[in-house]
Formats: sequence, C-alpha cells, structure tokens
Amino acid sequence: MARGIRDKVAIIGMGCSKFGERWDANAEDLIVEAFNEALTDAGIEKNQIEAAWFGTAFDRVHVGASALPLSTSLRLSSIPVTRVENMCATGTEALRGATYAVASGACDIALALGVEKLKDTGYGGLPAGSRGPLPDLWVPNGSAPGNFAQLATAYSAKHGVSAKDLKEAIGHVSWKSHQNGAKNAKAHLQKPVPMETILGAQMIAEPLGLFDCCGVSDGSACAIVTTPEIAKALGKTDIVSIKALQLCLSDGVESTFNTWDGSHFATTRVAAKKAYEEAGIKDPRKELSMIEVHDCFSITELVTMEDLYISAEGQAVKDVMDGFYDADGPLPCQIDGGLKCFGHPIGASGLRMVYEVYLQLLGRAGPRQLKNPTFGLTHNLGGAPHSNVSAIAVIGRYN
Amino acid sequence: MTTGITAFGAYIPRLRLNRASIAAAHKWAMPGLRGMAKGERSMCNWDEDAITMAVEAARDCLTGRERSDIGGVFFASTTLPFLDRQNAGVISAALNLEHGISSLDIAGSQRAGTSALITALRSAGEGDTLLAAADARKARPASSGEMQFGHGAAALTVGVKDVIAKLVASYTVTTDFVDHFRGEGQEFDYGWEERWIREEGYSKIVPQAVKALLAKTGVEGARISRFVMPCTMKGIPEKIAKDFGIPAEAVADTMGEVCGDTGAAHALLMLVAALETAKPGDLILVASFGQGADAILLEVTDAITKLPKREGVSGALARGRKEEDYMKFLSFQDNVKLDWGMRGEVDNKTALSSEYRNKDMVTGFTGGKCTVCGTVQFPRTHYCVNPNCQALDTQEPYSFADSPARVMSFTADWLSYNPSPPFFYGQVQFETGGRVLMGFTDTDAGQIEVGSALKMMFRIKDYDHDRGYRRYFWKAAPVSTGKEA
Repeated sequence: MARGIRDKVAIIGMGCSKFGERWDANAEDLIVEAFNEALTDAGIEKNQIEAAWFGTAFDRVHVGASALPLSTSLRLSSIPVTRVENMCATGTEALRGATYAVASGACDIALALGVEKLKDTGYGGLPAGSRGPLPDLWVPNGSAPGNFAQLATAYSAKHGVSAKDLKEAIGHVSWKSHQNGAKNAKAHLQKPVPMETILGAQMIAEPLGLFDCCGVSDGSACAIVTTPEIAKALGKTDIVSIKALQLCLSDGVESTFNTWDGSHFATTRVAAKKAYEEAGIKDPRKELSMIEVHDCFSITELVTMEDLYISAEGQAVKDVMDGFYDADGPLPCQIDGGLKCFGHPIGASGLRMVYEVYLQLLGRAGPRQLKNPTFGLTHNLGGAPHSNVSAIAVIGRYN
Repeated sequence: MTTGITAFGAYIPRLRLNRASIAAAHKWAMPGLRGMAKGERSMCNWDEDAITMAVEAARDCLTGRERSDIGGVFFASTTLPFLDRQNAGVISAALNLEHGISSLDIAGSQRAGTSALITALRSAGEGDTLLAAADARKARPASSGEMQFGHGAAALTVGVKDVIAKLVASYTVTTDFVDHFRGEGQEFDYGWEERWIREEGYSKIVPQAVKALLAKTGVEGARISRFVMPCTMKGIPEKIAKDFGIPAEAVADTMGEVCGDTGAAHALLMLVAALETAKPGDLILVASFGQGADAILLEVTDAITKLPKREGVSGALARGRKEEDYMKFLSFQDNVKLDWGMRGEVDNKTALSSEYRNKDMVTGFTGGKCTVCGTVQFPRTHYCVNPNCQALDTQEPYSFADSPARVMSFTADWLSYNPSPPFFYGQVQFETGGRVLMGFTDTDAGQIEVGSALKMMFRIKDYDHDRGYRRYFWKAAPVSTGKEA
C-alpha cells in the first residue's frame, strides 16, 4: 500500500456558518460567512490561497453549475478552482481535493468549501426531480427516507431484532442528537425532544418517523489546509492534521448481485478498514475519542456503528441503548448534534463534521467540549444503502 | 382447416369498488342511484390502463407456451391510452414478442373486441394471432356508467393449430345506432334514453345477427350450451335466448355483481369465463352489441382438456380486494384533483430516444445473464456484476417478467409523491438470481414482510400530464391477495 495521507496535511483554519433555514441568506452569504471565519482562524491573507475546491450537490436549486460561484463570491483571483459533487459526501470530496493538492506539493495552501442553499425549493426534504433519461424509466420515485428505511426491515430480519426494539434504539439515536444539538449555537435544531415525542411522531417512511430523519438546511463549511511544516512556519503550535481520507463507492454489487443483505453499508466497511490502516488505528472502539457520522436517518447511524467496526455486528442496538454513543458515554457520536440537529446542507456536511472534530481537538467546543480528545472520525455518506459513496476521514493532533 | 381459439386469458384489476359507497357519496343529489347499488365493480389502480390490463390478460393467455409462434397482436379497446402511437406495439414490446409480427389497434365501438376476434379468425394462418381486449372507461360521477362499468381485459390466441374452440361461423350486422357516443376530446360518454336503447337497440339489432348466424349454420338454439351476451340491462340476454330456444341455463352471467361491464373487453371476458368450464363439443354463441351486432358461433374441441392451467376469469375474480373509498376512485379516475403538494409537480417528460434505445430493458424487463459465470442481472451491462467475474460483454438477454421473486427490504414511503400513498418499494430478490429496486403495486399496509413472495406486473410508472404521455415499467405485486389485511 502507498504510504497514504497521514500527517502530510494540516488544517490551519476552519469556518462554519450558522446552519438552518436561512431565509436571510443566499449561497453567497453562507459561503462568505464560513470563509471569513476560516480565514481569520488561519491567520493568512486570502491571496495566500493557491487553489480551491468547491463542493455543492444540488446546484440546480441554488448556485448553478461550475466552481464560478465560489471564485466570484470570494474574488479568488487567478487560481484554479474546482467544483466537486459526490452526492451527500460532497463536502469530504472537496476536502480530499484540497488535501491531495497540498500533499502533492502542487500548492502550499488550499481551500475546501462546501455549501448548500436548499430552502428555496418551497418544500421540506431534498429536491425532487429527474434522475436522468434512463433512470427515470425504471427507478422508483422514492425518497431518501424511503431508501434508508429499508435498512430497518433488512436489519430486523437479519438480526432477529423486533420492530419495536429497533424503533426504540433508533429513537434513542435521535434523542441523543437533540440533547447534543441543544448545546450548539450554530445548530439548525437546538431543542431537546422527549423520547415519547420521537417514538410517536408522524410516519415519513416506515419505520422512520419525523424524528428519525434529518431535515435539510442551508449552510456552508470550509477548511484551509497546508503542510505541517508551513503551519509551523506560520506560527501554529497546536496543529491538527489529517490522519486518513478514504472514499469507497458501490460498484453495483449491492444493488444488482445477490450477496448483500440490505442491512449494512458495504462501502463503509471497506473505507473504514482502509482509514484505520492509513491512520494507524488498531482498535477504533478504544482509540477514537469522538465520531461524527452521516446520521441522515437514525437507522443509518445505528448500522454505521457496526460498519465502522465500533459495535460488533448485531450489537449496535445494545450499545446505543447502553448510552455508549451518548455525550457522556465512552465514544460520543454527533456531539455537535449531527446532521439530525446541526443540520444537513448537503455540500457542507462533510466539512461540518471535520469542523467539529477540529474544534474539539483544539479545545474550542464550548459547552459540549469533550475531555482530551485525540482522534476524531468523520463518516460522510452519499446515495442510498444499495448504492452509495462512503467517505471517511480521521483527524488528530499532529505530533 | 380448423380455425379457432387456441388459448385464453383474463385480467381484472384487484380493486373492487363497493357500489354502495358510490351511491352513498351521491345520496344528497341522486338518491335514486341506491337502486343500482348492488355488488361491486372493478376499478383500475392508479397505475393501470387498458394497455397494462391487456398485457396481464395476454400473459395469462400465453401461460405455458412459446412466444415465438405468435404472428400478430390485435388490441381492441375504446379507451386506448394513445390516439396516435400504436397501443398494440406497447403490448408486443412488453411481451417480448418477435419483431417480425403484425400489429393492429381496433377501436371505436363496444363490439371492438368481438369484431377483432372475427377479423383474427378470418385471417388466421401461419402463427397465432394474439388478441387482447381491454377497457378502462371513465364515467361521469353519479352517472349510471359509474355504477355499471368495470375495468378489465381478456386475451385470446387465434390460429389453426391446437384449436380449443373452433369457429363454426360468424355474422355481423352494422347499423349506425347511437345509443351513446364519446366524441373527440370528450372525457365521458353521452347516452340516450335507456328504454329506447333496450327496445330499438338490443332487442332488435342483436336478434338480427343471432338469427342470421343460426340460419347460416343450421344450428338449433336448443343446442347452444353457453350464450355469451354482455348487457347491463336486466333480462335482455335471457329474453333473446328464450326467443331463439336457447336454454335459460345456457345464458352466461354478465358479471355485473362482481365486476361490471368492461366495455370492448366484456364479450371476450365472458367468453373466457365460458371456456374455463366448457367441455368438448359445447357450442358457445357470443353476441355483442354496438352500432350493430356481432354473433359468433364456436365449438369447443377435445384440445381444451390439454390446455395448461391459468388464472382466467375465476382467478382474476378471486384476486379481488374490496375497496370502499369512493374518493380514491375519483382521484384514480382523475375526476377530482387533490392537492399533492409541490412534490407532485415534478416534470415527468420522457426522453423518447432513451426509451426506444432501452425498450427491451424497460418495456420488456430484460436484463442480462453472463455466459461466463451464469449470473443473472438487471440492468444488462457491459461488465458482469459478479465481483469474481466482471467479464466484459458476456451477457445474453434474460427476461425477469416471469421470474418468481421475494421481498428483500421495503418501506412504505409517505414523503415521495405517489397517487396512492404510501409508496411501497424495496429491493426485490429474484429466485433465479438478480435483484432490482422496484416499486410495488397492489400492496396494502401489513401485506408484505421480508421474504414475501412477489410477482411482476406491467404498470404505468409515471404520467406526464403536461404532454399527455405515460411511461410503463414493471412493478412487484404480492402474490397473496391481502384480503385479510
């Protein structure tokens, strides 16, 4: 195996806009809000940025195609700016572009920025529309919750977990994120919600109720990356570095072959193994201090605990109910509220996860600060259980 | 040379609207409808039309036989989904029939089904003709048609080999008697006084054809074992039968109580019901009315005993599920516009070039089977999906339409736009291998679980109301009828 990305790139500045229903803001406003925070944090001049990666997924409902919305919003003069899109994993994809550029030596300082302005569609949830001339002919017009809800039926069938027990466990997943979101001033949803409200909520896609689903939000997040050496030269002493960046995409086996059982993410398992190897992590359950996973739906988070090899297969329900992933548990998950409460502006989400790990590692997480975190993992997923893009990053202190 | 019917099939939509619920909805204005509120009528699900019903009846008809010996497809209907685009062509594509076949839509009258049968019988030669007849007539709310109509389809193959019911003779009377009509651009029929239709229409025109037919063949009415005559007016077939000496017990049930009148399909649907219980030597007289009358005399042969078992009318009737929601019926018929929200505003424009390029895949539900590793897969692609194979360009066409399947995972989605929420869909695992994420149809809450048996049905996938187009694909339906649900 190649040596990988571990410790080749440092994050010297991060920013994140307030997430939510930003009726006040265009995409440009969100971009600038996140970028200015990151630039101040990095302590560099804008013209020191040598290349930029711009992530957005549903460009047709806000900024339109290409990287021009970023280069013009920030007046990035005469530098390469690249637009990336990989469904809900777009934010991490932008970070990968910037990170690899720095690691290759092609540039010294690069920017990764993700944004999504979704609340101009007129309705909740992701924008509906054509999937393309061929998929439109045969792919069911389902929704994201409908596709992810199927994990629940398959998981129940495989592990013999009753529908009621599973519903309670995924309810706890959302309950925990609401508790955490209440301590995050930038979060879209900042109210704790009682369990009975979660369990009794209106059905969206069986068995997922309203509180099993994250909403969609407006927001932007960004990172400025460079080499650890340059970071030091810039006077940084407490340096956060990227330990692993892995991406795995479905090759059609889950959706088309006969082996996948529908209860887990085959891609996440591959990406997780590679990420641990790249980061030098042997026992993720013990070594990770915090995880930010793609909890687009409560059931996604639950099965992801197993796909990340943190909960043993079939044991996620027990770990969740034991509070293993709660704020005061051994391995807090979504300490910032996650997609569920921090919000899910698609192109920004992967970078928002990294933002939280960055804040926690630097001790800047305020009322939700964890004690001495060393490694944080982000898991950013795009698509559906049967066909998806799974992106994992491990972030830690640079020694 | 013996010419005749070589096989039969039927299809009736699963939903059966209780007529009492229609009458109850109109009670405030038309209390008299209560008199017609007996039994139930079949109604299309939102994703069914004359084409999809015809395909299902045709599949039933083709049970246990090679499709390569079908030489032509006739489609009879007064509710053709397309006025200019051959509807029989869609049926041929859905059935994966050979391309070198003839095809024809026959429309314009309630006797389109019987006239198509006569045409097919007269032109029988090399290769059987598949004749499908289907109607999904709309009726104005509170009209007698709303009560009397049903939706359904029948299919027959006609040829010269293995004939199960041979043509003895036929006779047609053509007369421009306008009992009702549906003009260009009109949604609904406009009909004249029922008493006039009974006296001057049915009672005078049908007997002309029957009389000529019996005279032509020299067959006594008493020898007729089944008299098939669609009519929504009580007592007319019985009266005509009596006048010709046809035994009262030979008069076929018009299925008014259990199905309703299925328009151009109805004579053939009743004929299929008759064939299901017919014995060799039986004489079946089919008479149908519509701007004249067709009369056909058929003699059942020994070959009928060798016909493989099929659903037929009895199977289709048994699959029924009681529906009592009149508003659902109105909405499915597009007789009321509900506010489906912005998610219902999606533009369903179909790329016709893509649809044509992928016709076998989409309309024919054809995937691939790898000749190297044997893996069955959908869609058919260049590289085999088996991770241990991945051979390039090794897949032969493989049809999924008749493969048994099971639910692998599913959901009931209340968020997506669907004309009959919740939208059931999920991963469908085929027993021959291969899996497809599919929409489910004819599914009720609690009816399916992981592992439930599924069968494939040809249905409307999306409507493009702006352009008057609709696209079809296959959906998974539970094998169980779900009556208990």
